[in-house]
Amino acid sequence: MHYTILIHETAEGFAARSDNQQRDAYWAGTMAYLRALKEAQVFVGGAGLQGPETSTTIRFEQGRQLIQDGPFAETKEQLGGYFIIDVANLDAALDWAARFPQRPGLVVEVRPNLPND
Amino acid sequence: MPTERVLERVIRESSRKLLAFLAARSGDLAAAEDALGEALCAALMRWPQSGIPASPEAWLLTAARRQLIDQHRHDSVRARAAPDLLAAADQAMNALDGQTVFPDERLKLMFVCTHPAIDPGARTPLMLQTVLGLEAADIAAAFLLKPATMGQRLSRAKNKIRLARIPFDIPEAKALPERLEAVLEAIYGIYGIGWEDAASENLPERSLVNEALELGELLIRLLPEQAEPQGLLALMRHCEARRPTRRDAQGRYVPLSEQPTGRWLKPLIDDADRLLANAAALQQPGRFQLEAAIQSVHNRRLITGRTDWPSIAALYDGLASLAPTLGVLVARAAARAEVDGADVGLELLATLPKPACTAYQPYWALKARLLAKQGQNEAARTAFEEASRLSQDAACRAFLQQQAGQLD
Repeated sequence: MHYTILIHETAEGFAARSDNQQRDAYWAGTMAYLRALKEAQVFVGGAGLQGPETSTTIRFEQGRQLIQDGPFAETKEQLGGYFIIDVANLDAALDWAARFPQRPGLVVEVRPNLPND
Repeated sequence: MPTERVLERVIRESSRKLLAFLAARSGDLAAAEDALGEALCAALMRWPQSGIPASPEAWLLTAARRQLIDQHRHDSVRARAAPDLLAAADQAMNALDGQTVFPDERLKLMFVCTHPAIDPGARTPLMLQTVLGLEAADIAAAFLLKPATMGQRLSRAKNKIRLARIPFDIPEAKALPERLEAVLEAIYGIYGIGWEDAASENLPERSLVNEALELGELLIRLLPEQAEPQGLLALMRHCEARRPTRRDAQGRYVPLSEQPTGRWLKPLIDDADRLLANAAALQQPGRFQLEAAIQSVHNRRLITGRTDWPSIAALYDGLASLAPTLGVLVARAAARAEVDGADVGLELLATLPKPACTAYQPYWALKARLLAKQGQNEAARTAFEEASRLSQDAACRAFLQQQAGQLD
């Protein structure tokens, strides 16, 4: 069964990606996690996302498209990336999600994917 | 012709294990309930005339299976769950056909209800509904919620179990303590419901008591290295040992201190003490072991002829620091009053959380008894009346009123 692990980052988390002091540790952890998923043969797909300041939102109002700068909701944590994994059940998915490198304020969400057929 | 009561009991008991099996094997609790629900309706229509079949489980399963196959043919939306469920039903058929005992998956069903991914407000209600077969409306009443709200909460939880595929399994070691606690609480809750209502020894409620005892035994077999399940079963058996003397021949309530020990069930007491010793050897102290130890001291009166109140009070002190529930705190005040006098008991009662304890019957019953001991008859009478007003049980009410009457 496919689950998506959603990584919600804080502003500090996004900033760490390009910060000289923190950059190496940030990426090393994420890449090691990705490697572990692949080695366990549970990795299906995924992507890291640019920060919310690069996001563009489209709303539909009265048949018109409204294109706006910014993410769909202004929350403290923003989607920073996701992994799709293939495991037997929710407990296995939660185990993998819990292994994502911890950072202050980071929130990891697990959702079952809709069946493909 | 079977009476309605016997019919109800057989249907409930045979359907619970079937439900647990079908849900655990298919992962779809709601669909398993639907399929069995139709079979139960059919049984309620047919059995009063035809009599209870030799194997109620096999009859219900056959009816449920037929229902599933029909659904599969006609109903495209509901049928989506059918393949898994149908496979589960086939496995159940095989299990029933063979010589082996039908697998009892009720604990798996209870554990899935305690999963942290499920809304905390739905966990206990879900256990009561799926393991005991209580109606959503009755559960709503017990939780002071509107039936529609409770119904929604329950169906959302069942949906999540199916869609997120929450496994029907015994949790791993790291998650076990917390989830075991919830299962123990639920089993003790089941016993409590049966105990309260079993005054008249009527069948359906007695079967709740039996169900709790059975689940307790199952849990020990499943988790032999855990002490608290043994503590829980010891507690329930110690209470069961006094069942014959809880009421007198006229059905009147008899307080523990006046129960004739000669009619207590010694084998149950011995058995409970053995369990408690096993539990102690595992060196995992816990709430249920303490509660069982308290009942064990009470039951030792059968041998010694007296109640060792200092030991009981000390055990309640320990219990109060571990699980300071209202019930424990009131019982501790009662034990302390026996050891240190009525005024100490009343002082302890005065420290209880205020609005909560004033709606709690045992609080008023103890307060009345202690006030009476001090000769404060007027205040005692008021407290007895309050206790009687809050009492659900007619025999208990009669006892309290009689006590109030004796004050003159």
